[in-house]
Amino acid sequence: MAILVVAAHDGKTVRANVSNAVVAASQMGSDVHVLVAGSNAGEAAKSAAAIAGVAKVLQAEDAAYANWLAEDIAPLVVKLAPNYSHIVMAADSVGKNIAPRVAALLDVAQISEAIQVVSPDTFVRPIYAGNAMATVQSGDKIKVVTIRPTNFKAGAGGGTAAVEQIGGAGAAGLSSFVGAELSKSERPELTSAKIVVSGGRGLASGENFKMLEALADKLGAGLGASRAAVDAGYVPNDYQVGQTGKVVAPDLYIAIGISGAIQHLAGMKDSKTIVAINKDEEAPIFQVADYGIVGDLFQIVPELTAAVEKK
Amino acid sequence: MKVLVAVKRVIDYNVKIRVKADNTGVETANVKMSMNPFDEIAVEEALRMKEKGLATEVIAFSAGPAQCQETIRTALAMGADRGILVQTDAELQPLAVAKLLKAVVDKEQPGLVIVGKQAIDDDSNQTGQMLAALLGWSQGTFANKLHVADGSAEVKREVDGGLENIKIKLPAVITTDLRLNEPRYASLPNIMKAKKKPIEVLAPDALGVDVAPRIKTLKVEEPPKRKAGIKVKTVAELVDKLRNEAGVI
Repeated sequence: MAILVVAAHDGKTVRANVSNAVVAASQMGSDVHVLVAGSNAGEAAKSAAAIAGVAKVLQAEDAAYANWLAEDIAPLVVKLAPNYSHIVMAADSVGKNIAPRVAALLDVAQISEAIQVVSPDTFVRPIYAGNAMATVQSGDKIKVVTIRPTNFKAGAGGGTAAVEQIGGAGAAGLSSFVGAELSKSERPELTSAKIVVSGGRGLASGENFKMLEALADKLGAGLGASRAAVDAGYVPNDYQVGQTGKVVAPDLYIAIGISGAIQHLAGMKDSKTIVAINKDEEAPIFQVADYGIVGDLFQIVPELTAAVEKK
Repeated sequence: MKVLVAVKRVIDYNVKIRVKADNTGVETANVKMSMNPFDEIAVEEALRMKEKGLATEVIAFSAGPAQCQETIRTALAMGADRGILVQTDAELQPLAVAKLLKAVVDKEQPGLVIVGKQAIDDDSNQTGQMLAALLGWSQGTFANKLHVADGSAEVKREVDGGLENIKIKLPAVITTDLRLNEPRYASLPNIMKAKKKPIEVLAPDALGVDVAPRIKTLKVEEPPKRKAGIKVKTVAELVDKLRNEAGVI
């Protein structure tokens, strides 16, 4: 049976993590379909069709789908579900909101944040903030799975799947979208950035984050923070990397003034190369860092910024 | 209106967990247990609604072994009015808990249910959304701010890249994110008072809910350990390593 990937999008293209979800889905079975629901979602549907490995794109047009309200999207997915063995979503704020609603309506369990597909019914997922890995097997007929995008590679382009128009299921009339307050940034998005520069309580103030911005800009990096820095009010919450924030796995992660609490490590320890800059040589962050420098970050960071070439 | 909050008993967030030697799970014997931190936020939000006159009664729900009474007691000490425990020693998965909650909602008819967005043990992030689905209610997940008015609620939600505002019809299920509020500590007099507050104990069978797990845990293992690397002395040395050894800049 086929597998349905439910794709979030911005109206023009599906989110980057949809291609990771397609790669994960293709490990569960062969025939991967992508659902693109929206209002004027034609462009987004085309972008999904271009992901290698996608057999078919279902485009559901309905004004009710414009803002991804779970109450409206879930019934559409449930209507399609009997044709599929798996429903797959990326474990981002859209997937986490919608997938459990779909699962409960289907009376099936959900596998949350799978990081590995062992077999079509068996998955590995982190529990206790990644301090243990559980291998779990689903006995349900339809498996609803959210996948952690950073643990699956992104799919290639060049796909030529057909886009099929399907009808919408209408609005449930339970909820409405009022507005969004999205952080505007010229920098790459944290979860897809190749390099992430992250600051912790050691920065001592929000003002000092400017120093990290300079480094991040030079490296073309995303800017992150530890929960301690967010809780201290230095930066907004969407900078947060960790168990309760974002999970990142860039090629290079530079942790500056971050001690390395378990909950932070949970969000970045899959990074390819980790650099730690901290004045406390006993800081736990050094236990996961490939390269560490013990010293005053206020000296080291400007020096590092000067030493790297602009990208 | 009544507000129902769900509280889960989990390993305290300060405890470094240990995987059992036989790989069947995580060691919970002789380990400090506490209320799931996100659920504390749920209790706090319900209490604030009561203090503002928006809620008439706050009911704390838990499901699990007899010791979950302690977790309910914590909620009662914070200020909840009474407790309901669905007592079972069976393994409870999110779908089963959502069904138990639905049965209690059918009985108690609250106008709002507030739960933590996820429990810090299994990290599922499912129960609230599943409950909303089973009830056919709206859901305000990952709430950063909650404003309840006549028959509806405005919810500011934490989403990828920032915040989002939605308006939902009541009754509804809210799941709490970290910044919704700062939970209070229970005062000693309130801890004493909480001992006298009633906790109703029910069995899953009496509620007509089949709690049999749908997901089988085959094994639980330690995550692969990352080896500590090297310490470098100078920025020049670091840049050289990043460029020529790691090849990442």
